[in-house]
Amino acid sequence: MSTILDHTKTNSFIDNGLFPSNEVMLDLKKLKKVYPTPKGDYVVLEDLNLQIRKEEFVTIIGHSGCGKTTMLSMIAGLNPISGGNISVLGKHIKGPGPDRGVIFQSPSLMPWMTSLQNVLLGVNKVFPHATRAQRNDIAKYYLQKVGLEDAFNKKASELSQGMQQRVGIARAFAIKPKVLLLDEPFGMLDSLTRGELQDILIEIWNKEKITAVMITHDVDEAIFLADRVVMMTSGPKAKIGDILDIDFERPRTRKSVLEHDDYYKYRKHLIDFLEH
Amino acid sequence: MKQSITLGKVTKFMGLGVLSALKDLFTGKLEKKDFKTFLRKGVVPLASILLFIGLWHMGSTSLYNIEAEFKIEKALNDQGPEAADALRTCMASGDSSCQPNTLPSPSQVWESYKSLLRDHNIISADKAAFIEKTADLNEKRIADGKDAITYTGRPSFVDQIFRSLQTVFAGFLLALFIAVPLGIFIGLSPTIKSAFNWFIQIFKPVSPVVWYLLVFMIVKTLLIDSNEDSSFTISFISVGLCSMWATLVNTAMGVSSVDKDFINVAKVLKLGNFQKIFKVVLPSSLPLIFTGLKITLSVAWMVLIAIELLAQSPGLGLFVWEEFQNGANDSNAKIIVAMFVIGIIGFLLDRLMLTIQNWVSFDKTDAI
Repeated sequence: MSTILDHTKTNSFIDNGLFPSNEVMLDLKKLKKVYPTPKGDYVVLEDLNLQIRKEEFVTIIGHSGCGKTTMLSMIAGLNPISGGNISVLGKHIKGPGPDRGVIFQSPSLMPWMTSLQNVLLGVNKVFPHATRAQRNDIAKYYLQKVGLEDAFNKKASELSQGMQQRVGIARAFAIKPKVLLLDEPFGMLDSLTRGELQDILIEIWNKEKITAVMITHDVDEAIFLADRVVMMTSGPKAKIGDILDIDFERPRTRKSVLEHDDYYKYRKHLIDFLEH
Repeated sequence: MKQSITLGKVTKFMGLGVLSALKDLFTGKLEKKDFKTFLRKGVVPLASILLFIGLWHMGSTSLYNIEAEFKIEKALNDQGPEAADALRTCMASGDSSCQPNTLPSPSQVWESYKSLLRDHNIISADKAAFIEKTADLNEKRIADGKDAITYTGRPSFVDQIFRSLQTVFAGFLLALFIAVPLGIFIGLSPTIKSAFNWFIQIFKPVSPVVWYLLVFMIVKTLLIDSNEDSSFTISFISVGLCSMWATLVNTAMGVSSVDKDFINVAKVLKLGNFQKIFKVVLPSSLPLIFTGLKITLSVAWMVLIAIELLAQSPGLGLFVWEEFQNGANDSNAKIIVAMFVIGIIGFLLDRLMLTIQNWVSFDKTDAI
């Protein structure tokens, strides 16, 4: 592990007073993932340790195929763990559950449902004792937050990619998860739409402060959104290569981030890591 | 959200776009650039229909001549030149007693069609009169606890069409109620799939005739005490069993190939099995299920004719068979009328299913 910049020394979460809470929300210990192949086992992840604090936004960056998505789907519970463990608030996870909301790379909306129904699908499950009106209000609130107040009753198949991903964001926040997992959610969008959605995401996040882990390929996105950027080494046997603290104040605006003195320092750090 | 439903939209939805083009032509709304489309979609099919009728006419005329010459030759050899001449004049006069029996010409078929309609009108008038005549009597009989007298006369051609439709819909519903639930179970569970796989593979290719015989064996014994005519029961069950396979296979495939993303969403939200099946799996496999149902309905209509014929169950199949056995001089023409009716109804059933499929499907790309 190389520590190029001074502030990466403050990695250990215990003595970091910058964050509202030091409680560990998500804990990955000695995580291992093995895929058996005819030529023997293929080790994707090995000895991967990562702790994520409550109300922290962490972005994960690394080369394609290094196992980022594998790690995220293991946290989501969609992919079985081969070794080590993952715990949320000290409890080992067993399979998927609504305490970990996922925003998938493709919006994955049910195309035969309206945007409201898509959000309600999760809300109904998580708030079974609320009245129908209350659940509707929750779903509508988050759809408004992502700017879809005019599209409650539009079929998902009628929405553009960007609008669909907005519904995906609303659906994930509306179930009020403890951890939000984002798997390159804006990877398929054009850069203008991507910027818009980053703003929407960070705006809701500022309000809800849900611990978030997001995979991205985009260095600027990683810096703009994150409290910490986690760099993963290339596979096989990928692990955490380096962690970079982003000390910009929140709430951030794109302009303030771009104009900040440290921005290019951070950027250089990440690109240096990715190019080696 | 309000959507105006116009004739154009409805016909296009049903795959009958040419109708709206025709309407545009008469109302003068047809644009120049649409004219090419109109030519291709309206004029070309019309021309090919005319060409078909022309070829048919030529073919039937030449078959008529071959048959006529053969008959005259035979009369000449067997009975001498006078009989041959008599036959020749008889044929030329158009007398039905000596017409060669061969492929009827389009005009003969059209005449038969009209005569079948006339026949239907006579029979339905007869039926109406009978019902009116027996109305009071029946009321009394029912009041006395006796069975009402029903009309038992010969069914008309139109009656037989409706009877066939009844059989096909009963068979189709049977196929639907067996194949869709079974297909869902097979698609959901690999265990059930391997339990049923051999069954599907072996019984799918079995011919309608054999299905009929199998159903006959079983139903005959089950209804041994009943005096009622079991031919309808036997034929609709046979139709259902013959035609259900497409739906079964398509449903199983649709259910087992639901987009993995949707399944992941259901997992993350921890939807229960019931919700998972009814909110995610079924809606997303509806297009494939409907493709299966569409094939099932067209197969059902196709095998129906053969099965009605075997089962002696009233309907178009029996009509065709009876006309063939009958051998009257217009029987062949009536068989051809039945052929067109069967074809046109089959086409309309297919359009009906396509319309329902388009209506329920979330995927608005054109279904075939």
